Formats: sequence, C-alpha cells, structure tokens
Amino acid sequence: MPKEHRLVLKHADEAGYTNDIKCYLKYGGYKTLKKVFRLKPKKAGGVVVTPQETIRSEVLASGLRGRGGAGFSCGLKWNFVNRKSGKPIYLICNADESEPGTFKDRQIIHKDPHQLIEGMILSCYANDVKLAYIYIRGEFPEGARILNRAIDEAKGKGFLGRGICGTRYDLEIHVHRGAGAYICGEETGLIESLEGKRPYPRIKPPYFPAALGLYMCPTIVNNVETLCNVRNVMEIGADAYAALGTAGNTGTRIVSLSGNVKRPGYYEIEVGKATLGELIFHKNFGQGLRDGRKLRAIIPGGSSSKVFRAGEKFDIKSKDKWGEVVEQKLDLLDIPYDFDTLMKCGSMSGSSAIIVLDDSVDIVESLGNLSDFYAHESCGQCTPCREGSLWMAKALKRMRSGQARKGDADYLEHIAHNIQGRTICAFGEACAWPVLSFVDKFRDDFEKRGAEDEARLAKRDGEATTK
Amino acid sequence: MSFGVPKKLEREINRLVKNYPEKRSAALMVLHALQEEFGHISLEAEQWAAARLNLQPINIHELVTFYPMLREHDPGKTVVRVCRTLSCALAGSARLHRHICQRLGLEADAPGLQRTKDGRFGVEYAECLASCGTGPVMMCNDDFYENISNDGADEILEKYDE
Repeated sequence: MPKEHRLVLKHADEAGYTNDIKCYLKYGGYKTLKKVFRLKPKKAGGVVVTPQETIRSEVLASGLRGRGGAGFSCGLKWNFVNRKSGKPIYLICNADESEPGTFKDRQIIHKDPHQLIEGMILSCYANDVKLAYIYIRGEFPEGARILNRAIDEAKGKGFLGRGICGTRYDLEIHVHRGAGAYICGEETGLIESLEGKRPYPRIKPPYFPAALGLYMCPTIVNNVETLCNVRNVMEIGADAYAALGTAGNTGTRIVSLSGNVKRPGYYEIEVGKATLGELIFHKNFGQGLRDGRKLRAIIPGGSSSKVFRAGEKFDIKSKDKWGEVVEQKLDLLDIPYDFDTLMKCGSMSGSSAIIVLDDSVDIVESLGNLSDFYAHESCGQCTPCREGSLWMAKALKRMRSGQARKGDADYLEHIAHNIQGRTICAFGEACAWPVLSFVDKFRDDFEKRGAEDEARLAKRDGEATTK
Repeated sequence: MSFGVPKKLEREINRLVKNYPEKRSAALMVLHALQEEFGHISLEAEQWAAARLNLQPINIHELVTFYPMLREHDPGKTVVRVCRTLSCALAGSARLHRHICQRLGLEADAPGLQRTKDGRFGVEYAECLASCGTGPVMMCNDDFYENISNDGADEILEKYDE
C-alpha cells in the first residue's frame, strides 16, 4: 500500500513540535553536525581524504538530486565548483519557491527551519564556504523572520559564526529577501538580484555559477529541500539514503498536490514509490476527485511542466536490473512519480507539484490563467520571451472573451515554437511548454471554441447587414 | 535634500549593509526597510538609498520599477493581495477578489492595484503565493490567510479597518 515516508518533514507536523532550537535539539537536532565536525582526515591508499571530501563523496554516492526543478545530481553540481580559483566560494539557498503549484519549502521554513540551517552548515563546510545566503521570496515575510531567529539561535549555540563546534571553521549565513519576481528562482537571475541588480538571468556559458557566480566567484545554488536532504544523507549515510526510493531516483520527495482533489496538501514519498494515480486517488493522499467528477488533465510538476490528458498511454523504454532494454506500456495513472519516468513520458516532475484538473474545468481558461502568469513574470531581457509571452496571453484573453478563431491553436503553437530554445534562460521553455502541450493534447477544445465563436460572430454580422 | 530617516532605521540599514561584501547587494534589503518605514519608496528615498550605497539613482530606480512588491506610490495602509494563479483560481480566487472589491467599493475588473479613496486599503491580484493546497489565499500586508470564504474575508478585513 502506498504511503508517506517522512524524512524531511519527519517531525514538522507532530503535536508539540515547535520551530525553535530548544525543540530541535530535543529531537536530536545538530547531532549530525557535531558528528561530521568530529571527522578527521583519513588515509585511503596513500592519499589523504579530508572530511570535506568525505561529505562530498557521501552526497554524490547518495544519488541526491536537486529538488528545485531540474533534478540534477547535487553531488555532481558540487563537483563542478572551481576550487582552485583562489576566490571565495559562496553558497546560496534558493528559497524563492514560486513555481505555481508548489508549497513544500514553505512547510520546511515555517515548521523546521533548523533542519535547513543544519543542512546549510554541512553543505558550506563540505565546500569551504565562509559566507552563505538564504534568498527567500518577498512574499514570505514570516518565513524570513523565522529563519533570522533560527540563525541567531544557532549562533548562540556555537553552530554558526566563528570557530564552529570548536574547529577553526567560520561561517556566516544571512537572509536576503526578494520582492515578488518569479525570475529570481532562476539561479543566475537570483545571483544578479542578490548583487542588487535587476534579476536578468546570465548567459551560460560562460556564467555557470560553479565558476562565475556571485561577484564572479564560484557559487553553489541549492534548493531548500535539497539542503535538508544533505543533512539527512549525513545522518543516515549515503547507502541508507540511496536505499530509499528507486534506482537513480533516490531518497524522499515532498509532493505538493493541489487543484480539484478532495484532499490537497503536501505528501512526502519515497521517490517513485507512489504513482500519479495513487497520489491523486489513494486514501493516504489526494482521496480522489470531488463526487461525480471525471479526471480531465494533470499538470505533473509545477505549471511549467507539460500537461497530461486523462487516459493517455505511453510507450517507454527502460533498463531492467540486468541492464537489458525493455519496452513498457504505461497508463497515465500508473506512472511512478519520480524524475526519470515522467521525463520519458514527455513531461517532468519539476518542483514536484501536481495540479489536478477535473471535467468542470475550462481548458482554455486554465491555459489563459497560466499564460497570464508568464506574461507578468517574464523579466523582459530576451525579445522572444518578453513579446511572445504577452502575445500568447493576449490571444488567450481574446479566446476567453468570446472571440476565438479557428486558427488560434496554430497561432499559439507558432509563437511558442519561436520562444523555446531562443532565450537566455529556461523561462522561455517554461512559458512555451504549457501552451504547446495544452494545444497539442486538447486541440479539439481550442478548435471547437474557434469554430463556435466564428460562426456566432458571422451570424451576428450577417444579421447586422440584412437589417 | 531634505529627506531623512529615523536614527533607528539608519542603524538597521547600517547593519544590513554589513551583511554583504559589496554595498550594492544590500539594495533590496534597504528598499524593504525604507518601504516598511514610509509605506512606499519616494524619489527622495531612492536618491537617499543610492547615496547610501554609493550608486547612481537609476541603479535604485530600476529596482523599484522592476520588483512588484516595491511601491513607487502609496498603495494604501493595508495592501490586500489575492493570489490569482491556477490552483487558487480553481478554488475561487476570482470570487474572493470580486467580493473584497465590492465590499470596499472598488472596481474588480480594473487592471493593477485599486486603492480606496480614504487610502485605508489597496487591493490587487498577486501571482502564486505558494500555498496552492489551501486556496484561495491572500495576504494583508505581512499577514497570510488561507481557505478564505466571503464571510471569512469580511472578518479579516474588519481587523484592518480601524
């Protein structure tokens, strides 16, 4: 039976669990930190392995993948960091949670901030970082206060500041508030914002944060949940962590479920151990649609991911445990909720936010809502995105106000094709993919509306001329 | 230049600036602090911030005009921000926004922030506030509210209507 497996949110919702350091310590908090800070350099085959290298190889071996959206290996990301530049290395916690549908980091920040702080200290220690920032979205003022208090408390106990845990290691963490711009969740946009500029994303190459990040120094940007999982990897060990979830998709993940389900909420699962259908219908999760309703569509990984139409089937290829390629037929609701399978099915798990649409929902209206979001949030740096996101939103607005045209589906597709792949950052794809997938999978809805409106308007014009 | 900030705020800003190796990085945090004090960021405040951070006024102005949460003009004593994005829309955010506007005598369909004549309330749509499982949600200044019915909205607004 599929059920939650709480690791990051282990204590978050327990009765009596509070977000102050006293409670965190009572539940074994900062024990992992103390354990790691006691690690000594060890010799392996004539080579000295530093404690920092030990942490980094544990995180790599755990298979931990970024929980923010791209699902990239955390250990590899750390490996890319240029450690020989002679410049300081910075770490930034991306707490700009703003992908529509996502509300997992909010839970961590509000209910268990010290877990994040502990994860950050460990990550900073592993990468010789002396100065780190938490970039939190402006709409989380309470979250910023909680984190500031947590930092002060950790400092008071000697976990932050100078000479942490009796070592010679110093670390400062500061909270930096954003001011309502979605683009600040893009890591290079975030860095620009943190430098006090407009958050225009930087072009890659050459501005990979691992080499040329904050102040042109090597920089690591990790999501809130990822950093918490670094702590969990160090607590239970890479092997135990990798045993959770499925091969290549290890650990646990917090899924945000919203839209037309009976019990929306956040559910932490072992990655890939629950299917899309279970997350929506099972009694341990969403508990199904409202009575009498049928499933229409699923947006599986935040608003930027490509939509699935109810009843879709997929032919995917995967490797079995002997390394043989096997073909598999998969129904939409049987897709295991992990990184790789969703990608093979043409979408992504993104920020692990599922939005469920039932048959009461107007498809054109829903896409219009999302396109309005992207038109509002495009930073305006690249022409295709700045103009295109607005054109798509305008066309959809016209369609929603009774003036749809038969050619609108093609028109929307044409614009979206001219945005994706032609912009500096992934926002281009983020605004094009919903449009492309909605139009592709619900073309009948778009064309039907166009035909109806054209017929009605033609009839009205005809009546006007005969009068 | 006659613009000045209270001593307490100046100390707070000095502390913020020290958090960064480069002064310019403090710009957003300084602007947040100024807006908290004055309700919005006037041109004089922009110039003050620019001088404080050794920047040109345009370096600050380009931020104030970019970030949705920074206000060039007084948005009203209580700013109500109703989440507009998909999950909240499915849960009834348009209904909620219309109800609030009607109660306060504002035009629900007009674009942008709508302010009551007495300046006590400003109402606008916000993009995803990251609590999609408990929609519709809204913020009143720094306070966050979720699962809001029309009656619930009335009760909330009364708290700020003093």
